[in-house]
Amino acid sequence: MSRYQMDNENIKLDFAIKCESVSKNYKKNEALKDIKFDVNRGEIFGIIGPDGAGKTTLFRILTTLILADSGIALVDGFDVVNEYKEIRKRVGYMPGRFSLYQDLTVEENLNFFATVFNTTIEENYELIKDIYVQIEPFKNRRAGKLSGGMKQKLALCCALIHKPSVLFLDEPTTGVDPVSRKEFWGMLKKLKFSGITILVSTPYMDEASLCDRIALIQNGKFLKIDTPQNIVTQYENKLWAVQSSNMPKLLKDLRANYLTEKCFAFGDKHHVSIDNLQFTQEILRDYLLENGHTNIEISEIKPSVEDCFMQLSQS
Amino acid sequence: MKNRESIEIKTNSDSPLGARGHSFGLKYLLRKEFKQILRNKFLPKMIFVFPFMVLMVFPWAASYEIKNLNISVVDNDHSTFSQQLTQKIISSNYFKLTDVSPNYNKAIKSIESNQADIILEIPANFEKDLVTQQGAKVMVASNAVNGMKGGIGMTYLMGIITDFNTGILPKLIPSTASNNVTPSIQIDSQYRFNPNLNYRVFMVPALMVMILTLLCGFLPAVSIVFEKELGTMEQINVSPVPKSIFILAKLIPFWLIGFIVISIGFLVAWAVYGLIPAGYFSTIYIFAAIYIFAVSGLGIIISNYAATLQQAMFIVFFFMLIFIMMSGLYTPIDGMPEWGKWIAAFNPLKHFMEVMRAVYLKGSNLFELTKQLYALIGFAVIFNIWAVLSYRKNS
Repeated sequence: MSRYQMDNENIKLDFAIKCESVSKNYKKNEALKDIKFDVNRGEIFGIIGPDGAGKTTLFRILTTLILADSGIALVDGFDVVNEYKEIRKRVGYMPGRFSLYQDLTVEENLNFFATVFNTTIEENYELIKDIYVQIEPFKNRRAGKLSGGMKQKLALCCALIHKPSVLFLDEPTTGVDPVSRKEFWGMLKKLKFSGITILVSTPYMDEASLCDRIALIQNGKFLKIDTPQNIVTQYENKLWAVQSSNMPKLLKDLRANYLTEKCFAFGDKHHVSIDNLQFTQEILRDYLLENGHTNIEISEIKPSVEDCFMQLSQS
Repeated sequence: MKNRESIEIKTNSDSPLGARGHSFGLKYLLRKEFKQILRNKFLPKMIFVFPFMVLMVFPWAASYEIKNLNISVVDNDHSTFSQQLTQKIISSNYFKLTDVSPNYNKAIKSIESNQADIILEIPANFEKDLVTQQGAKVMVASNAVNGMKGGIGMTYLMGIITDFNTGILPKLIPSTASNNVTPSIQIDSQYRFNPNLNYRVFMVPALMVMILTLLCGFLPAVSIVFEKELGTMEQINVSPVPKSIFILAKLIPFWLIGFIVISIGFLVAWAVYGLIPAGYFSTIYIFAAIYIFAVSGLGIIISNYAATLQQAMFIVFFFMLIFIMMSGLYTPIDGMPEWGKWIAAFNPLKHFMEVMRAVYLKGSNLFELTKQLYALIGFAVIFNIWAVLSYRKNS
């Protein structure tokens, strides 16, 4: 089958993924609303959003597992509805939940998925080598008996064994320890250099900066699509981190103050977004002292992707 | 949306199952299936232990013959005859005397406390009435909480009393026995095809059908749903392997197992019960092949509707129960009300059981079983079309 020749300038083949007003409803629930985005070839594109935002639904549409109610989606230039067979030959999909055969060994799983894609381990060994050597000592162990990090590596190997042109990773780092998470992103960076386009979803905002471009998603809608740097620099307000000895009361008082635009709890600090330039840290300190707070610490901080997400999701 | 049309024109419209031109994968999928079945700690043993258990234990244990019924005798007569009758009942092997109660009320108590199943009350003038040829009456009451047991116990007891009656009559009135022979018609019944009404001969062929249903219909269904639940099916779905090949790879091992198990069943029937079909094995195998195809279609339907293993197990249990109850395995179809017969007519188990019994006992051949043949082919076609349609709807 020859690739679909685009005669329309709106759709270009150099996009690895192209979505045009994709919507999906589950009964009365709107899972995806008018999703529109492009992923360039060879980039790591992150879909960032909380649980239930619609990330998995989007992945399942793009990997031809379910049909969208409306809109067009192209993966590697092929339509997800009519040319799903071509797509299935050339994408790798790693679902959020470990879904390999637990009763087959590491090697058998890899072998099986290689044969399913009509290839062999040897043919594409170069691509998975760096990852596979880490699990090779356990190659005769059943997949069900592996640790979480090992399972994740095996799943990645199985998704890569046929040298896909687009790799879909649905929440690959959920439930994985911080060290393995870091390692995993390192592996993705390497894969990017092999020319594989990677669409990755994650609920962890701190992983956003590791992507080339990100889309922030909430309630089935994209809030913003841009590079992580641009999203952060576009944050218009000042941002202060505030601490005191009574944090719950602090949050309430900060929110009650008419000058603070928004305030969110961020771990051990509260982040306050300020859009009034007249408002200084001294004024806030006085206000908090009046309200009986002690050990007050206020510092200006650089906004993170999470701050931007909170800002965008509230507006 | 403008582009959509041009895309549609350029793609060839393959069938959604996409079986065309892809035979690859089946070999590897089959290898995987066999590996998984053999590696499973439980399944291979179960597949072979289960038919043995069913064939070796059921026909012996599940029988309509009831022995050791507990009887409570209320003897108000205390005569020779009343004692002879009691003795005769006990020596029949069907009854065990639990107590001799002084009156009926006491006897009823022992039924209520579950010590006795049946009461025989002999009236005070039993012997006198017999001798004076007025005819004596006894009263029999049975506990019908377990209706079958009560009914059968009653029948046994009646038989013994009748027997006692005919045995004692000539002794009492020897003259009538020799001179005035009452003209009577003697009924000599003969049971065709199963002369001794051997329960096992009847059960064993039917039980093989039950085993086949479970192995070839329901095990693959559970196996498919298991992959659905694990998420591995999704992994296969995003690969170029067509779903039809995936399902075929699920069914073929169980088809093979089904044929092996039914062959073992023939051996067991011969070795343990001395049963050899009066007809041809080939007839059974032809029917078995059609039957297996039909029930595996049913299995796929179940797997299409069930999202979790729990749901699948429940649906399987539901069908299995109805199929067995309405198959004539235990209770004859002819004894069912009209609506019951209709349900049974839509039960593939019933038709194959008829075939098995007919071939085993009567030696029927394919041409004498055309009704069942068409019925089973019908089931195979309908179930498999339904399976394909319900699969498409869910994908």
